[in-house]
Amino acid sequence: MATAERLKLEHIVKEYPGCRANDGVQLTVNAGEIHALLGENGAGKSTLMKIIYGVIQPDAGSITWNGHPLTLQGPAHARELGIGMVFQHFSLFETLTVAENIALSLPADQARDRRKLEARISEVSEHYGMALDPRRYVNTLSIGERQRVEIVRCLIQESSLLILDEPTSVLTPQEVETLFRTLRQLSHEGCSILFISHKLQEVRDLCHRATVLRQGRVTGECNPAEVSTDDIARMMVGNETPLSTRVEPRAPGEVLLDVSHLNYRTSDPFGTSLQDLCMSLRSGEIVGIAGVAGNGQDELLRALSGEALVSNDSIALSGVAIGQAKPSLRRRLGVAVVPEERLGRGAVPSMSLVDNSLLTAYGEGMVSKGWVALNKVRDYASRIVDAFGVRTASIDSHATSLSGGNLQKFIIGREAMQQPKLLVASHPTWGVDVGSAVAIHEALVRLRDEGAAVLLISEDLDELFQLCGRMGAICAGRLSPLVNTSDLTIEQLGQWMAGDFPSAAPSEVSHAVA
Amino acid sequence: MLSLERRAVDSRAMQWASPLLALVLTIITGMGIFMALGKDPVEGLTFFFLTPLSDKHGWAELGLKMAPLLLCAAGLTICYRAKLWNIGAEGHFLMGALWASVVALQLGGQSGPWVLPLVLIAGMVAGAVWALLAGLLKTQFHCNEILTTIMLNYIALNLLLYAVHGPLKDPYGFGFPQSEMFAASALLPKLIPETRLHIGLLFGLLAAVAVGVLFARTFIGFQLKVLGQDERAAAFAGFPAKRLTLLAFILAGGLAGLAGASEVTGPLGQLVPQVSPGYGYTAIIVVFLGRMQAVGIVLAAALLALTFMGGEMLQIAMALPKAITGLFQGLLLFYLLTCDAFIHYRIRIRRAPKAVAGEA
Repeated sequence: MATAERLKLEHIVKEYPGCRANDGVQLTVNAGEIHALLGENGAGKSTLMKIIYGVIQPDAGSITWNGHPLTLQGPAHARELGIGMVFQHFSLFETLTVAENIALSLPADQARDRRKLEARISEVSEHYGMALDPRRYVNTLSIGERQRVEIVRCLIQESSLLILDEPTSVLTPQEVETLFRTLRQLSHEGCSILFISHKLQEVRDLCHRATVLRQGRVTGECNPAEVSTDDIARMMVGNETPLSTRVEPRAPGEVLLDVSHLNYRTSDPFGTSLQDLCMSLRSGEIVGIAGVAGNGQDELLRALSGEALVSNDSIALSGVAIGQAKPSLRRRLGVAVVPEERLGRGAVPSMSLVDNSLLTAYGEGMVSKGWVALNKVRDYASRIVDAFGVRTASIDSHATSLSGGNLQKFIIGREAMQQPKLLVASHPTWGVDVGSAVAIHEALVRLRDEGAAVLLISEDLDELFQLCGRMGAICAGRLSPLVNTSDLTIEQLGQWMAGDFPSAAPSEVSHAVA
Repeated sequence: MLSLERRAVDSRAMQWASPLLALVLTIITGMGIFMALGKDPVEGLTFFFLTPLSDKHGWAELGLKMAPLLLCAAGLTICYRAKLWNIGAEGHFLMGALWASVVALQLGGQSGPWVLPLVLIAGMVAGAVWALLAGLLKTQFHCNEILTTIMLNYIALNLLLYAVHGPLKDPYGFGFPQSEMFAASALLPKLIPETRLHIGLLFGLLAAVAVGVLFARTFIGFQLKVLGQDERAAAFAGFPAKRLTLLAFILAGGLAGLAGASEVTGPLGQLVPQVSPGYGYTAIIVVFLGRMQAVGIVLAAALLALTFMGGEMLQIAMALPKAITGLFQGLLLFYLLTCDAFIHYRIRIRRAPKAVAGEA
């Protein structure tokens, strides 16, 4: 065979109660090929990956590895065959060194000689341009470096197929470049790569072929370099859904939120303390904060929502100090919040949409003298469902029964319909289908046009550049300057995301810092 | 191969079928126990479940025993809906009985319509304070409420024993550890004449309804539910978790305290060491069996009240030990918790996966 078929999947079917996650999927990955697996959340990518890595067994269908049909017994079996996997959430022990972590996944005979292993780790990581010190403890590594540990772990086991699950979602643009160089080199040397992503531009830059999944079925195969991102997006979402929303620029109004020298020490050992944050938001503008996950975004949201109380003067809303105000008081003053976790914070999973409306919108005349006016709550819930196109069986359905995108539309709707002065939204479109993402973006822009200030905390740079009038980045609990989006380059933002900005940022920088 | 599989949606049918199934399994096991003891199982079950209710007095006794169970269970429901695992109804009950007795004896000479309410309120306050202790230990020091409430139960029992052996002991009681009889002004009116059934049953029914309304209609009830189901959502929404926790404990303590007060001012008319045959503990079973719903806990309270009477009946009629009551109650809870697993899971018979060709 000229181009050897390394992995071939035929007619893969996997069914879960209530959903067919994979429905007759075909996939072929050739030797040395970087193959993209594209699809929205819930399209069946993860299920397919777990089948290839032997975590779960397909209900039907066949797997062929280097021309031989086989049944995978489990991940250990897959590793033995040369299938390596880098999960989105790393499986590393933070209190162990790089070498110890890698030793854990090796057969005993290879793991025993620690010195030899360390030498091998250094050799492999240098060869692929991924500098890594085998004796460093994992808890001292950045996210990008931790990912390298995962990749080196696969390479040491001489994987001939490397599966990467959304590897770039946790990286800065610069780190993405480094990763891509490594992957290209691997591909040259004959290693196949299955690259799972929903970032189309990256797929076009990196991948030789792409397979697109939608609702468990293959809806297209293409050479991503030869088709436009819009064409790929169409295959992912189908024909009905608009792909993006157009945002007209708008002149902002008065200063609404003033954050000055905000410090917050977190008690969470894995949290990030906020250091001397300064920013101000005007009514009628969307301000974006980029950043790699875990750099203080959640702490900032909690400080603004009132879930964490801070020094009273460090946060002012329309001139009123609210740093010590409890969440309920802040809501009365016009603060609405969309947290990162939809289920289990933004909404109670086992409660109906009606009850989940009451959760934060209780100030909208739903409670009088302690009694809940059920008809008003139901009415509010129906209005959210109608106005924001939430697809649900009924307003009495549990929050868990909604898809991520629909639940997020519901939560955004619940907050937006309270007509807040300030909306703080964290990762509002994370893991959300394209159609819902467009609806959510439209809702944010509408709020802006109605005169609200919107603070958008997101990892999705496309989203930030598209929506925000001004933006900056947060890194290790410090905030970069916030500048006009039109004056900001992606390289500059990438440096800021990596923490490369002057400390103790002045409260306002309106000119370009390039 | 059998395997447990998580259901996509919790089964509503199983939610209510589970208690019935548990009851059936308890009865079957009970028959096995009768046989193992060499007794006729049908006769045993008849004595346990049917004979106690064969006349008006039987039904009155059932209501009498339901009253404290319902009051305790209504209070515990408030805690359990908020996932506060208060095991302390027994202690709240005992403190209620103790302090209601103290007040009743102090007001011994008085007559007037205000005496009884004062006695009952004393019981409620005592129960509420006792529960508040556990609540504060939880909110201020993060003490696990299961441990603290159990320990406080023992302390309450020993305080009560001290009182009946010491300061409250009837000087003319021939040395028995019990208080004087209360004056008529401190006794609960009868509901049905010539029986022991008093208006405490109405308190219980009222409490069950009130708890139903609390969770169906009020914002406090809603906040308690959210706190129980999703602490992070409660914090996000800005619900005052500590105050809600303390409130749940106070309400549970007050209701159980009222149960204790009703017991000493009702059928007993004095404070005795055996004021509770374990009502506070049995109420836990009532809450779970009754699905934390008003109607459910009324039915469950009736069933568990019957186990007390059935146990007594078996002692008399078949010379079986008193432990038989606890045995039946324990079996019922055990089977209930087992059957409850099928609300979230279902059994699935799985075929072995088809072998697909050979190995590579």
